[in-house]
Amino acid sequence: MSEAAELDPVESKMWITVTINGSKGTYLVDQRLTLADFIRKQVELPGTHLGCEHGSCGACTIIMGDKAVRSCLLLAAQADGESIETVESLAEDGVLSPLQEAFHANHALQCGYCTSGFLMSLVARLREGPIESEAQAREALSGNICRCTGYTGMVAALMSLPAPNGQSGGVQ
Amino acid sequence: MKPSRFTYHAPTQIEEVLDLLWAYGDEAKILAGGQSLMPMLNFRLLAPAHLIDINRVKALNQYSLSDSGLTISALVRHRDLELSPEVELAYPILHEGLTNIAHVQIRNRGTICGSLAHADSAAELPSVMIALDGQMNVCSKSSRRTVPAGEFFRFHLTSDLDSTELLESVFIPAMKRNSVGAFDEVTRRKGDFALVGAAVVGTWSEQGTIEDCRIVCSGVAPTPLRLLEAEELISGTDLSEEVLVAVQQLVMESLEPTEDVHTSAQYRKKVTGVVVRRGLARLAEQRRVINV
Amino acid sequence: MTQLSEVRNREKIANLGTGMLRREDQRLLTGGGQFLDDLPFGDFYEAAILRSSYAHARILSINTEAAKSLNGVIAVFTASELGPILKDLPPKVTNPKLNYQVRLPIVQEYARYIGEPVAVVVAENRYIAEDALELIEVDYEPLESVGSTAQALEEGAPAVHIGSETNVAVHLIQQAGDPEAALKSSPHVLRETLHVARGGGHSIEARAVAARFDAPTQQLIVWDNTQAPHYVRQMLATIYGVSEDEIRLIAPADIGGGFGPKAQFYGEEVLIPWIAMELKHPVKWIEDRWENFISATMERTQTHRVEVGFDDDGRLLVLKDVFEHDQGAYCVGLQVPTITMSTLPGPYVIPNIHSELISCYTNIVPTSSLRGAGRPQAVVAMERMMDRIAEHLGLEPAEVRRRNLIQPDQFPYAVGLTFRDGSPLTYDSGNYPALLDGVLERINLAEFRAEQTEARKSGKFLGLGLAMFVEGTGIGPYEGARVRLTNTGRIMVSLAASPQGQGYETVYAQVAADAIGCDIDLVSVRHGDTSFIPYGQGTFASRITSTAGPAVWQASLQVKEDIIDAAASMLKIDSSELELRGDRVEVRNDPEKGVSLAEIASIANVGRHGMSVARNQPVAIERTSYFKPSQAAYSSGISAIIVSVDVETGKIEIVRSILGHDCGTVLNPLLVEGQVLGGHAHGIGNAIYEEAKYSKDGQPLTVSYLDYALPTAMEVPTPELFHVVSPSPLNPLGVKGSGEGGTIPLPASVANAVEDALRPFGARIREIPLTPDRVLAAIYGYRKGET
Repeated sequence: MSEAAELDPVESKMWITVTINGSKGTYLVDQRLTLADFIRKQVELPGTHLGCEHGSCGACTIIMGDKAVRSCLLLAAQADGESIETVESLAEDGVLSPLQEAFHANHALQCGYCTSGFLMSLVARLREGPIESEAQAREALSGNICRCTGYTGMVAALMSLPAPNGQSGGVQ
Repeated sequence: MKPSRFTYHAPTQIEEVLDLLWAYGDEAKILAGGQSLMPMLNFRLLAPAHLIDINRVKALNQYSLSDSGLTISALVRHRDLELSPEVELAYPILHEGLTNIAHVQIRNRGTICGSLAHADSAAELPSVMIALDGQMNVCSKSSRRTVPAGEFFRFHLTSDLDSTELLESVFIPAMKRNSVGAFDEVTRRKGDFALVGAAVVGTWSEQGTIEDCRIVCSGVAPTPLRLLEAEELISGTDLSEEVLVAVQQLVMESLEPTEDVHTSAQYRKKVTGVVVRRGLARLAEQRRVINV
Repeated sequence: MTQLSEVRNREKIANLGTGMLRREDQRLLTGGGQFLDDLPFGDFYEAAILRSSYAHARILSINTEAAKSLNGVIAVFTASELGPILKDLPPKVTNPKLNYQVRLPIVQEYARYIGEPVAVVVAENRYIAEDALELIEVDYEPLESVGSTAQALEEGAPAVHIGSETNVAVHLIQQAGDPEAALKSSPHVLRETLHVARGGGHSIEARAVAARFDAPTQQLIVWDNTQAPHYVRQMLATIYGVSEDEIRLIAPADIGGGFGPKAQFYGEEVLIPWIAMELKHPVKWIEDRWENFISATMERTQTHRVEVGFDDDGRLLVLKDVFEHDQGAYCVGLQVPTITMSTLPGPYVIPNIHSELISCYTNIVPTSSLRGAGRPQAVVAMERMMDRIAEHLGLEPAEVRRRNLIQPDQFPYAVGLTFRDGSPLTYDSGNYPALLDGVLERINLAEFRAEQTEARKSGKFLGLGLAMFVEGTGIGPYEGARVRLTNTGRIMVSLAASPQGQGYETVYAQVAADAIGCDIDLVSVRHGDTSFIPYGQGTFASRITSTAGPAVWQASLQVKEDIIDAAASMLKIDSSELELRGDRVEVRNDPEKGVSLAEIASIANVGRHGMSVARNQPVAIERTSYFKPSQAAYSSGISAIIVSVDVETGKIEIVRSILGHDCGTVLNPLLVEGQVLGGHAHGIGNAIYEEAKYSKDGQPLTVSYLDYALPTAMEVPTPELFHVVSPSPLNPLGVKGSGEGGTIPLPASVANAVEDALRPFGARIREIPLTPDRVLAAIYGYRKGET
């Protein structure tokens, strides 16, 4: 029998205040609720997906602070006071960001389940600097797993992004 | 794959952390980066009644580099150190070890001290820490002690920490002049734990011989494994090709590595010598760079 | 029926053949996908499943009292509460010779693999449901178990199914010619034993089922991320003893990968809807990754004992292959090993063939189709031996292949065996020499051999490996499509099959728009809901393009005729003077005169209540078409791999990968290439990285992605891809399947390349995947680890 079952029959809860995609809210969460489940179920932003729940596949990757992190390996409780970005923040009024557009133009997604995690990893990566070679592109993709595409379209998408000083504006 | 119930604690002071550890001991786990702990909670391989999240203890989120060495507190993340040019310059081998850990999303959260306390024998940092003669600063409500890295790892996933203790920081002494190091590993994929890894360090003397050598292997035993015989064999040599061949042969003949789901003991027996040789060859290259 | 080629010659084909970007992408890129667990189900209870922790055990008792009393737990079900649905889950493909063993949705007495469902907890949320799993006490009597086919066949082996005299599930032989005599008379005979390990599908979205009984309509609504919604509905109707109309099965618009395991039928799919009905409350079950590792079907484990006889020129005289296949604890279907049996001969003329299957029960999660479905193993057996023949005779492997290929003028080519669809193994079309030539145009063999020799001098070991294959795709019995003119003047295409990323919404809009000749923006495609179209089979065996594709084509041509006829009736003009432009039917010589599709819909479909219409006025413009192929359409391909092997660590670097592929007419090159490239990555995984390991007694040892290595962008190179186009004569579009061709040749080509690289060591590659351990063991001859 697990120790947890012997605890207080009522689930321990706590209040957290989180800014998600620019909007600040206060939520009462179960203490053991993972950040991924919180975002998906309680904030009702289901674009962040669960693929392995042990930090290996990257489908649940979000940006917290300025860093790409696995939301399955964090508790909602740990997000108290933090600022979070999810895939839902990338397009503006349905207009795709340059990175999303590059994914579309290069057939960088098939089933689309892992895509949110890839996008968020790449958004964080691109804020650190441009991706200038195929080797850099592959390194940037390597923390996420895609089972459909063989990564070719994603590599092509990254290589197609306009240079940061380019006319068409650069990526986020 | 949802964690069992626990009571979540988010202390802001080290004293509070130690009080909680003192109070709950075996029933509590420290949550730092969570990159190893959270998977275990999700798989329900662990079900602590209390989770002590130290992420809000600001005093633990710092590292300092001085002439005497580098002190890394419990909350310093892999990525923080990896991106520090000063740390890379002072401890190239530490930087190499860090960049070999998993992927950037994991390193963004994972902590140095957490990795060490987790004591995975196939991980990079425990071997690097022993190779650099690191010191583990351990404290509890009642005591404070310093454990040499070489004595900290007791078994696979078991460290010297008792249930009331926190690995508050680690200290890595400054590398001596003309000291060099290299970390090399063989993994299935980029970012995986090592099938075989080796951290090697040494100091080139004015006479052009390598001294104060340490050779520490990951993934071949229940703890990081120092290869004392091999260290002895190379000490005082110039790491010539003959020496490298000899040390590879010695390691292959003497090592009795473990077998696990990732690879066979036979494989590790063959390859550990290779990885050690390749690491030492890089020390020899570095000699040319530092020009002694 | 009108062929695509005729239409192509006659009229403008605006869409087909172009790499149209996908319509699905917008929602998927913005977090708006409609994956099952993303749907707003509201207050559905959540289920978790207690799974057997023994590979083989008899359950003496189960105590669920503590679990039931946990706060937030709604109910706990075991076999004793589920009597009415303790019915057999029948194999997808069977054979009269099958040693048939019943598979139940949940363990009744004997658990036969770790992961088999034992109890179901329903709770307010998944966290609580998992808490309750830990409170269920099961009294197991452990029994001896079988962890491999070799063990299963040992004298005195424990029985996987107590009471069965043998662990052999089925023993089948197919022959062509007189293989025994040919083996005796062949100038050269080579033999080898080759083993391919288990691997999984690992769609990043695991399985999921949700269900609600809709009392007002008395209909059970089931959401299931299955590849085959109509198949699941049929199974449920049979097991529940209801008519198919009483169940609506919805495969959500977005499914996070399939690859075969989601085309099978599982106990969970029976349990969850039933429990929702029992509880009179909606329930969902979202499989987690740990469950997926131990309970989703897998594939690949086979051991081949293969012999080839050939003449001095390397011409094949006979192929004999006897192979063991791991069926797992139950027979979910015999499709995989029967596909292996008939995939063996590949693109070669082989006058005498003996293909023998010994399929075994083991105490491991059942196997079934997984991208490639029995073909990669067959290609390993055949193509590894082609290289051995070349080595034996001192010839280039490419030359030995060239001498044995079926020639383009030999189609249709009867191999002499039977395919898995029950029809004779007769290749419909192909150009195998063109595939080989395509590789040789890209790799100059003489230059490569010189480079290889030179590199060895500096301790660098390069190797070249080829593998060719022929793949039966597009199998029957049929697939359906319904095409409708909607009230808004749009064309709605409804498919029975559900996609998992293949882009159906895009490519079938292309098919319909070109058949009708209308603006593609007027065409919508929806799929996966049994309420859209009464019958269907599902997405598997690379079959949809060549079954649903022709169905969409046929139905669209009929709808076009109806639209033109309706316009003719409305305009009182002969239909031959009309043509469709954009969203209007216009008089060819007087474009001002015409009617819009919306107007046609309002007359023909909406109609005027109670009023009669003109005799020649078509009404209710919707056509449902079911296309039934006469046999499989045979795709083909070639993989060429150049590797560099680190002989000190056993690590393989893929220096170059070339893929030639022939899937007939290419409807959307972007999507086809996507399929092939994705398959290629899976093939790299199978060749080098992925292995589901088990202990001798059937304990799974690789149940996390730290232990089971899926390839990332660092491991998968971008292949150089080329197409050969041999249209299939079997369907009006000339298409064949493309979903698996990228995977099929890779294990063989990589193994051939590694053995070629290691020829100076005389290394023999006999086991796949090629882990560093296996590569070094092949070089140095040590016995690799047991696990």
